[in-house]
Amino acid sequence: MAPVVPVASVTTKVAQASKQRSRIAYLLLIPGLGWLAIFFVIPLVTLFMTSLQAESASKPGTYVPGIQFSNYTDALAEYWPQFVRSFVYAGLATAFALVIAYPLAYFIAFKAGNWRSLMLVLVVAPAFASFLLRTYAWKTILADDGPVTSGLNALHLLPDGRILNTGIAVVAGLTYNFLPFMVLPLYASLDKIDYRLIEAGNDLYGSPQQVFRKVTWPLSMPGVVAGTLLTFIPAAGDFINAELLGSTKDKMIGNVIQTNFIEFRDYPTASALSFALMAVILVMVLSYIRRSGTEDLV
Amino acid sequence: MRWIRQHLIGAIAIVVLLYLFLPIAVVIAFSFNNPESKFNLSWNEFSLDAWTQICGVPGVCSAFVTSVEIGLISTLFATILGTMIAFALVRYRFKGRSSTNLLIFMPMATPEIVMGSSLLALFLNLSFPLGPVTVMIAHIMFIISFVVVAVKARLQGMDPRLEEAARDLYASPSATFRYVTFPLVLPGILGAALLGFSLSFDDFIISFFNAGTLVTFPIYIWGAAQRGIPPQVNALASLVFIAALVIVLSAQFVAWRKRKSLSVR
Repeated sequence: MAPVVPVASVTTKVAQASKQRSRIAYLLLIPGLGWLAIFFVIPLVTLFMTSLQAESASKPGTYVPGIQFSNYTDALAEYWPQFVRSFVYAGLATAFALVIAYPLAYFIAFKAGNWRSLMLVLVVAPAFASFLLRTYAWKTILADDGPVTSGLNALHLLPDGRILNTGIAVVAGLTYNFLPFMVLPLYASLDKIDYRLIEAGNDLYGSPQQVFRKVTWPLSMPGVVAGTLLTFIPAAGDFINAELLGSTKDKMIGNVIQTNFIEFRDYPTASALSFALMAVILVMVLSYIRRSGTEDLV
Repeated sequence: MRWIRQHLIGAIAIVVLLYLFLPIAVVIAFSFNNPESKFNLSWNEFSLDAWTQICGVPGVCSAFVTSVEIGLISTLFATILGTMIAFALVRYRFKGRSSTNLLIFMPMATPEIVMGSSLLALFLNLSFPLGPVTVMIAHIMFIISFVVVAVKARLQGMDPRLEEAARDLYASPSATFRYVTFPLVLPGILGAALLGFSLSFDDFIISFFNAGTLVTFPIYIWGAAQRGIPPQVNALASLVFIAALVIVLSAQFVAWRKRKSLSVR
């Protein structure tokens, strides 16, 4: 006769075991997530509160808690050109980076063979050399008497006759700096494509352009979405490229936030701009992800 | 014509890689320059001065050491915290998974200037003194997410049968972890740590907001950019670049050798 196992006790045992396992999970999660909660989430709340502070009547230059929404309208009224410029520059840099990165990612994923991991290392390697120094090096490369500028001038391609200290240099710098963030996600999603699908497209007499448009490109969409986000977001908040490569007419919102926070110590204005930047980017990211349907980015 | 078409994409790929390395070539080349003016922007004459007197400019080496120290400590903490999260995400079921994923994704989707300024807002409101501690707090915060992503990928790519085999051979859970799981994940953890260190060492925006009077290597460069960057900075940055490249390439080489010896057997 088979032993009768009371069902209830088995299920409670299973429930207990899984409860214990999830307790271990929480123990593993709490330190790291706690750190993020205290030093990422709470600061955003503080930033928002600071953005609503009002200047103290008794002590000018210091700020007291308040609910002064006019900080936002005042800041945006004064700095909307830099705000818009940030998104235009970041958008242009993202578009250029996509065009430049795609062939490289495609080559690494499908044609590189044994060279694949070496090439991936080479894509990441520039990050080991200082960001600031690499940006500064573009000052030498794009110098007014340098080969790049004189070459383009000989072709009459430069409206101002120079690259350095113009918006072109800032966009070029942004494109360069964030290019690896475009290449890696593109590579990751191209690498996941079953190459037989592309071969099938060729076998069915699709022209190379058709195969790319109807097979490769749609299948690489998750990489395109992730890559454009990873390029656009840091580019929109950057102030290094505009400071080192641009003129005072090419300043981005990052420069404004930086000077207001650190030099002018106008904390409410700087916080309002920073929070507004965060909000705009968040809305863009969420709608972009929803439209292209890539939920799991982590 | 066909030949060109077939090799076009390879040619573009090589040009793009050259483009990625062009500024680095300039950085390294100008470490051998004897600049005419304070600004090390145009070539004057070959010189080894920056390399023989690498600490010859006041503040360069102390800023460099500060960045190394901050990088090591931040990386250690962030790697431990991030690895724990990665294990929980891959190996355990728990409630609140999607909010955990969101909390890890958010710092990567937030511009550095927002994280830097919001942390500064917090420290200012608490009147917490700015310095190495605040910079490390910030670095640990933004590195954690990258560690989670890297270690999680390694854990997910692991063959679960290896751990099952250990359990079948009566290994206790802790022995399985110590002798099977951990050694298999270790390369992923080390890779994540290297990534974390390079992010911390090179971080400027977040550090700049929260450093107070502390001078890290990137902050030194930022200050020097206004009055001319001495070639010593180029020499130190070249050293870091070459060291990191050697570490990564030798790790690649070891992995390649291992694969090769396995496929022979």
